Amino acid sequence: MVEKLVLVLTPVFAFFVGIFLEGFKRKMVARIHRRYGPPLHQPLLDIIKLLSKKENISHGVMFDLGPVILVGASILTVLFLPLPGFKQLTPHGDLIAFLYIMVIGSLGMALGAGESGNPNASIGIARALTLMLGYELPLIIAGNTLVLKYGTTDLTKFMTLQSGFHWNLFFLPLTAIAGFIATYGAMGEHPFDIFVAPQEVATGPMVEYGGKHLGLLMIGHAIQVYIETAFFTVLFLGGAANILTFILKQLGVIIVMTLFDTVLPRFKIENAVRYFWRWPTIIALLGLFIVYIGG
Amino acid sequence: MELQETLEEGYVEILDHLRKRSLWMLHYCTACGAIELPPTITSRFDAERFGIAPFVTSRQSDILLVTGYINIKTLKRLITVYEQMLPPKYVIGFGSCTINGGIYWDSYAVLKRLDLYLPVDVYIAGCMPSPMAVLEGFRTLMKLIDEGKANGWKKYIENYDYYKANQRKVLKW
Ligand code: SF4
Repeated sequence: MVEKLVLVLTPVFAFFVGIFLEGFKRKMVARIHRRYGPPLHQPLLDIIKLLSKKENISHGVMFDLGPVILVGASILTVLFLPLPGFKQLTPHGDLIAFLYIMVIGSLGMALGAGESGNPNASIGIARALTLMLGYELPLIIAGNTLVLKYGTTDLTKFMTLQSGFHWNLFFLPLTAIAGFIATYGAMGEHPFDIFVAPQEVATGPMVEYGGKHLGLLMIGHAIQVYIETAFFTVLFLGGAANILTFILKQLGVIIVMTLFDTVLPRFKIENAVRYFWRWPTIIALLGLFIVYIGG
Repeated sequence: MELQETLEEGYVEILDHLRKRSLWMLHYCTACGAIELPPTITSRFDAERFGIAPFVTSRQSDILLVTGYINIKTLKRLITVYEQMLPPKYVIGFGSCTINGGIYWDSYAVLKRLDLYLPVDVYIAGCMPSPMAVLEGFRTLMKLIDEGKANGWKKYIENYDYYKANQRKVLKW
C-alpha cells in the first residue's frame, strides 16, 4: 500500500523539485546578470497561467498528443530512477531500460510538433534529433563504463556501492566529465540550445504550441530537469542517503550547469555534433579504457 | 446555482491574481520606441522581477506591445498576430504615435489611433516613453488584470464588426 502511494507521489515530487530547480536557475541567471530576478516560484506561476488560458488551438490529433507523450514518458522515466530509501517501479532499476525510455519524450514531442506544419518547428525538430545523435554516444559509453566497473545495471546498487564518498566523480573523473557534458547537452543549455534558439527558429518545436499545450510541455520540462540532474547524481555523485541530500546534490549540478549556461554563446548544429563526437566521446573512451585495464 | 456562480467568481479572481504575475510579451518592434525595451528588460530596470519576459511567437504571448507608429502594411501583420494570440490577451500602445499619430500626424501612410483597429488596454504616453514609464504601464496593466478590468480581448469579440469595419476601411486604401 505504502509502496503504491510512493509510486503515485513520486512524479508529483519530481515535478515540484523540478520547479524549484528551474526557479533557482532563473534567479541565479538574474543574479549573474546583476538583476533582482523573478521569485523562486515563477515557473509555477507560468504554468498556472498557461493552463488557465481560455482557448486552445489545435493542428490535429498528434499535435495534441505530443505534450501528453512528453509528460507521460517523463513520468515513466521518473519511476525508473531510484530514490534514496524508497522502492520504485522495478527492484532492479535497469540502466539500459532507463536510457531507452529517456528519449521517448523527445520523440513524442517531435511527432506532435511535426504536425503543426510550421517550418520553424520542422527545423527545430531536425536539430533536436540531430543533437540527440550527438550526446547519446558519450552518455551510453559513460553509462556502460559504470556497468563494466560494477558488473550490474542496477541503478539502486550504483547508489549503495558509492556510499561513503566512493563517488565515481573522484574515482572515475574522466567518465564523470564525459557524463556531465552529455547530460548538459541533453538539458539543452547554452551552447547546445540549438533547437529552441528563440532568435533563429522562434523556440523551434514549441513555436505553434501555446496555452494548455505549452503548460503541459512546461510540466514535462520541469520533470525532465529533475530526471537529468537526478541521473547524474545517481551515476556520479554517489546517490544519497536521504532525500534532502539528494535534492542538495541536484542543486549542485544545476548550479554548475547554470554557470556554464549563462556565459556561453550558441553552437551551430554541425559544430555541436562534431564536438560531442570528439571531446566527450574521446574522454569517455579513455575512462572506459582505464576501467578495462584496472579491472 | 448561486453557490456555483460565487465559486466560479472566486476561482476567476484567484486566477487573475496569479495571472498578473506572469505576463509574456510579444514586442512588435517596428518603430523607434522599441529602443527603450532593452534597458527595461536588462539589468538596470529588470522587468523579469514582475514575471514579464520577452517571447518570440504569438501563440505563447499574453501582451502585444505595439511600439510606435503603425502604417497600413504593419496593421495587416498586427491584426494577424493579435488574432493568433490565445485569450486572455492584452494590448499595450507604446508611445504617442499609437495615441494620435505623434510626429506623423499629417502623414499619408501612418494611422493615427491604434484603438480604432485593436482593443488597447493600456497606453504609455511619451515620445519615446522612458523605461520608468514602460514599467509604470506594466504595473497599471497588472493592476487592471487584478481588478478584472483588462477586458480588451472580450471587447474585441463583442464588437468584432466594428473593429473589422474600421480595419477594412483602412486596408482598402
Ligand atoms: S512615439 Fe516617438 S519614439 Fe515612438 S514611434 Fe512615434 S516617433 Fe518613434
